[in-house]
Amino acid sequence: MSALLTAEGLHLHFGKVAALDDVALEIHPGEVVAIVGESGSGKTTLLRVLAGMMAPQQGQVLYAGEDVHAMGEAARRRLMRSDWGFVHQNPRDGLRLRVSAGGNVGERLMAAGARHYGNIRAEATEWLKRVEIDPARIDDMPLQFSGGMQQRLQIARTLVTRPKLVFMDEPTGGLDVSVQARLLDLIRALVAELGLAVLIVTHDIAAARLLAHRMLVMRRGQVVEQGLTDRVLDDPQHPYTQLLVSSVLAA
Amino acid sequence: MIEAGYNFGYLDENTKRMIRRALLQAVALPGYQVPFGSREMPLPYGWGTGGIQVTASIIGADDTLKVIDQGADDTTNAVSIRRFFNRVTGVATTEHTAEATIIQTRHRVPEAKLREGQVLVYQVPMPEPLFRLEPRVAETKRMHALADYGLMHVKLYEDIAQHGAATTSYNYPVLVNGRYLMSPSPIPAFDNPKLDMMPALQLFGAGREKRIYAVPPYTEVRSLDFEDHPFQPARADAACVICGARDSYLDELIVDDGGKRHFVCSDTDYCASRPPLVEAAA
Repeated sequence: MSALLTAEGLHLHFGKVAALDDVALEIHPGEVVAIVGESGSGKTTLLRVLAGMMAPQQGQVLYAGEDVHAMGEAARRRLMRSDWGFVHQNPRDGLRLRVSAGGNVGERLMAAGARHYGNIRAEATEWLKRVEIDPARIDDMPLQFSGGMQQRLQIARTLVTRPKLVFMDEPTGGLDVSVQARLLDLIRALVAELGLAVLIVTHDIAAARLLAHRMLVMRRGQVVEQGLTDRVLDDPQHPYTQLLVSSVLAA
Repeated sequence: MIEAGYNFGYLDENTKRMIRRALLQAVALPGYQVPFGSREMPLPYGWGTGGIQVTASIIGADDTLKVIDQGADDTTNAVSIRRFFNRVTGVATTEHTAEATIIQTRHRVPEAKLREGQVLVYQVPMPEPLFRLEPRVAETKRMHALADYGLMHVKLYEDIAQHGAATTSYNYPVLVNGRYLMSPSPIPAFDNPKLDMMPALQLFGAGREKRIYAVPPYTEVRSLDFEDHPFQPARADAACVICGARDSYLDELIVDDGGKRHFVCSDTDYCASRPPLVEAAA
């Protein structure tokens, strides 16, 4: 099976700081890949470069054989609203807070050309149910939702057009533990059901173990270790990974 | 007779040339907002500085000018702009739609059908149809460039979800020639269908925002809607008390302290061209 997204030799320096230092990566259809590492290790920068939101100084990112950074902005936007999805850490960055829940879910459908109000609404209702939001709240503003609900709404809004590849930036950050657990459960179920490829950035090792098939450990802009999640976590090879794994608190 | 000391049309020739260049570009790209170097005019922003500059750039000695404000020929704005052009160009003015070659308008399209060779000049307060939805101008430009208009439909969706129908009753956004989203200026949604395939040339000038755009003759202008909630031009369900018209756009008048209402045609020329119902009962 050929890779959906391939990155080779990515370099990006902010002044003297190397955010990306010769990073390479492949994601196959239906695969969940986690990028873990401490703050400042370049995780989010890598995600933004892969999603075409930021250009690398060297190297290239290929999606379905096309260079993401060489294509025009129009093509990249089209990709962003059809084949790709992006789930932000803070749902306020990914939602329109003054637009109802239904409008938020419907936006991607309308951007993709849906022009039938009844169908858009039916689809939005269906997706609210899937992410466990009461469909009666379809006309409520996201501002009136709790943090966990906002995050679930953001996921519904991203997945409604059935993307092939979803980028997630710390989707469980800032949520309390029980809400995190439910959200992880939900993401896992949807990913399996829709056969999504997901690239998830997290510093939560437990979340990575729950969701990811494969894992990359980053430190100072370099991928220091990668492999199957269970292998990396149960038998860490690199000293930094060993430190990371041993730092996880067990309740 | 031109008042002494003024160039024909008030603006100097170089300014007129600059505005005409913007107009040519606007006509070539229907619905696209062309920036132009808007000048200070002898009236405040919001009174039609954009429309006046467009009219001044296209008017010739053999033109006949009509100016309407909310459909009326006899309101302050209309009278003063008409007199202004009479003083600085000496051209003939008229109140009859059919006789005019240039019609400068604020917030209405005449009821009478326009014909080829006529030019309709709109005064536009805010040319950007997306400005209430997307505050960043750079971003709205990008959205126009990429024809990324999903957001406008989100607004329509919200209207229907919250109110059961599209609640925009004026300045209802249109898609021009299947490409650019355009603000038709604050005309009532009732007038939107008149823009579609109009034989006359339509020019839009926004003085404060420094933008010009245009709809060439016989161009498709479609009001945005959903398949199951088609666009419906709204009109007060009443007849004009003066001429009895049931097909024209009406103004509502409160006529006494008890809240009694009358409706009259907003287009005064149209109303006057029809036989009155009865000579006032008095």
